[in-house]
Amino acid sequence: MAEEATVKIYRGDNESGEMVEYKIPLAPGMVVLDAVHTVQAMHSPDLAVRWNCKAGKCGSCGGEVNGKPKLMCMDRMDKYPAGEPITIRPMKSFPVLKDLVCDVSWNYEVNKKIPAFKMQDTGGEEPRFSQEEADRVQEFRKCIECFLCQNVCHVLREHDMKEEFGGPRFFVRAAGLEMHPLDDENRLGLLKDELGLGYCNITKCCTEVCPESITITDNAIIPLKERVVDEFYDPVKKLLRIVFPRK
Amino acid sequence: MDKYQTFEYDVIIVGAGGAGLRAAIEASANGAKTALVCKSLLGKAHTVMAEGGVAAALRNVDSRDDWKVHFRDTMKGGKFLNQWRMAELHAKEAPDRVRELEEWGAVFDRTKDGRMLQRNFGGHTYPRLAHVGDRTGLEMIRTLQDKGVHQGIDVHMECTIRWMLKDGERVCGCFGYQRESGRFVVFRAKALVLATGGIGRCWEITSNSWEYTADGHAMAMWAGADLIDMEFVQFHPTGMVWPPSVQGTLITEGVRGEGGVLLNSEGQRFMFDNVPEMFQGDYAETQEEATQWVEQVIAGQQATVRRPPELLTRDVVARAIRKEVRAGRGSPHGGVFLDIASRRSADAIKKKLPSMYHQFKELADVDITTDPMEVGPTCHYMMGGIRVDPETQQSTVPGLFAAGESAGGMHGSNRLGGNSLSDLLVFGKRAGEFAAKYAAETNSLGEINADEVARVADESLKSFRDSDGENPYTVHEELRSVMQNLVGIVRTDVDLRSALGKLEELREQAAQVKVGGNIQFNPGWHLALDMKNMLDISEAVARAALERTESRGGHTREDHPNSEDEWGKVNNIVRQTDSGIEVFREPLPEVPNELKQLLNSE
Repeated sequence: MAEEATVKIYRGDNESGEMVEYKIPLAPGMVVLDAVHTVQAMHSPDLAVRWNCKAGKCGSCGGEVNGKPKLMCMDRMDKYPAGEPITIRPMKSFPVLKDLVCDVSWNYEVNKKIPAFKMQDTGGEEPRFSQEEADRVQEFRKCIECFLCQNVCHVLREHDMKEEFGGPRFFVRAAGLEMHPLDDENRLGLLKDELGLGYCNITKCCTEVCPESITITDNAIIPLKERVVDEFYDPVKKLLRIVFPRK
Repeated sequence: MDKYQTFEYDVIIVGAGGAGLRAAIEASANGAKTALVCKSLLGKAHTVMAEGGVAAALRNVDSRDDWKVHFRDTMKGGKFLNQWRMAELHAKEAPDRVRELEEWGAVFDRTKDGRMLQRNFGGHTYPRLAHVGDRTGLEMIRTLQDKGVHQGIDVHMECTIRWMLKDGERVCGCFGYQRESGRFVVFRAKALVLATGGIGRCWEITSNSWEYTADGHAMAMWAGADLIDMEFVQFHPTGMVWPPSVQGTLITEGVRGEGGVLLNSEGQRFMFDNVPEMFQGDYAETQEEATQWVEQVIAGQQATVRRPPELLTRDVVARAIRKEVRAGRGSPHGGVFLDIASRRSADAIKKKLPSMYHQFKELADVDITTDPMEVGPTCHYMMGGIRVDPETQQSTVPGLFAAGESAGGMHGSNRLGGNSLSDLLVFGKRAGEFAAKYAAETNSLGEINADEVARVADESLKSFRDSDGENPYTVHEELRSVMQNLVGIVRTDVDLRSALGKLEELREQAAQVKVGGNIQFNPGWHLALDMKNMLDISEAVARAALERTESRGGHTREDHPNSEDEWGKVNNIVRQTDSGIEVFREPLPEVPNELKQLLNSE
């Protein structure tokens, strides 16, 4: 007989729910998402879960496995102690719609606030930039929008400041635009005032959970904080701004 | 009607992958009130999984390239069954569509002089694929997504469309349900664009996600539209084969484009012995020549020798791998070996193929910088689809347009890698443009037939009422097994007839499935509804495959192993008639003389 595993999965919505235990057969190389799919096929077809690529590329299947934020499709069952139940819960920082599915629509609203890429005037010339310049922003553009960084960020998880804070995902997004070699837009005022960049106290929780290994804090947030300081708190610049107002 | 939430637009686009997003951007730019309806969250569609690159004759790496060479490669790859006008428009317009993405903020990998870098891929004569490492699709979808969102397109996420609504001959809307609430919804529109992707969930081993359940193909057919080339399904040669959890997961052709080689269990590079007659003389004939080509390419030079046979078209490579495995020269888990470790440095592999490195390390315990990968064919792409007018992408039903994988004709019997991302840009734009034009020329929204809506709504809830049926997952697994074993890479008359019989049985089982729970976010219910699409389109594939008594591109008949001249002159058209799903032959449109000359020149 095949080896067996026990999983405990959250069943319910935002108001109420319970952890339900299921036994499933184990297969070599199995990931947590396979376990969820096996439960659907064997025990409970209506168990709700999001997934798409099953290869760590789309960021749909974020959840909390044994309390740790994970992409379920990249989380191997054999990394957990054999014989012990594995708990699978939805992300904590967002309202639960059903079972493992959260309402992440707030993230899409934040994204709308960030002005789109604005191409510099190249005078009709083909735009050119080096691979080194590309590397810098390509790191940010790797983001698969799994929202695990948003899920662990204290400002959102403990303080639920969704009104005044954009969260690491959107600092990464803004960094990818602000540091784009061809972009001609300025988003620093927005970052300071509407996205609440200052609330981040650089504990690096976001960087730790990023399945794409984006160095969120060091490469995106800190340089953006520096830019905001230069733009708004540098006394020389402040003076210059009074003399030569921004058009 | 009041029971359903109703929305009104000029243009509705179903599907938010590359084709749907590009169509929405264009329709909206042309002044149409536009909405995008998609099954997943925005940005998660299948395009996000595209890896290798987007094909366009930009001539940044090899100045010998141009649209004519791209056109010829595409036609040759499709074994000349392509709709020539689509292949021509595609080759001519792809460069502008890719440059446009850069203007919208996409960051492609760079050449030494700072332009978009292009890589080699199977069947492309010159390095042609603009790319971002091995995550080109993500870059494209994010660029299009942000362009679209800021242009004021309404997006209805996690909403599944089930049925096209018609007023007389023309479409006037569609019916579906919100996945989260389970509530039904009616969209009224002057024009609709189907950009629903493919049909890969009909097969057991596939690189496709849960979304690829043939929705657009089926809804168009039910609405009376023609489908074309339905026998041609692409099995990508390199899917993962081990462990079972990831069987079928895609390994980009970029691995071979970057110099990777295919080996059997005897360590032999078997592709040298598998060059079809049509490609004789086009590929390296010795290991030395192949190695020299890789060295030239890595050094950023124009190649002066011929490319390795690993870069033959996908149909050819998939069949060769199958042959090695059948002959007992396979890898331990029933594939062959793909080796990049002995060809490129660990740093180069991690830089150019980062997600392949990560995927194998995490999911298969294989370090591809030191060890070979085990690979085998996986159902990947549907060449066949909704028959469209090449200029406008309008189907044979007025007001109904299609683009991307759900449309057919562009790729003929086999698609070249990289030609899908360019296809969805070129024809997504055209579909959006002409759908908006059609909407502008249409005075009013069509009348919705309330009885039809009520009937589809009632039928949608049937699986909650039946109490003795099977679990939908069980029926789906059986369908996948039937299609894998009987309508797979290699087909026979006997197998195809047997498949048609089994599909009939499964149809009865599918009509009886039972789902538990309620209508809120219920994946079992969603699958039960999708079964109808998959069964009908599986039948369309099997019927077209039975009809075509020859082998060509993605369609191989063991009982008819050769390509036949007569079959090279016709496309199979699939249509739903009063007597069921039927196949008709349609002569290929005549290729104009100047293009014919291009096809014959080398």
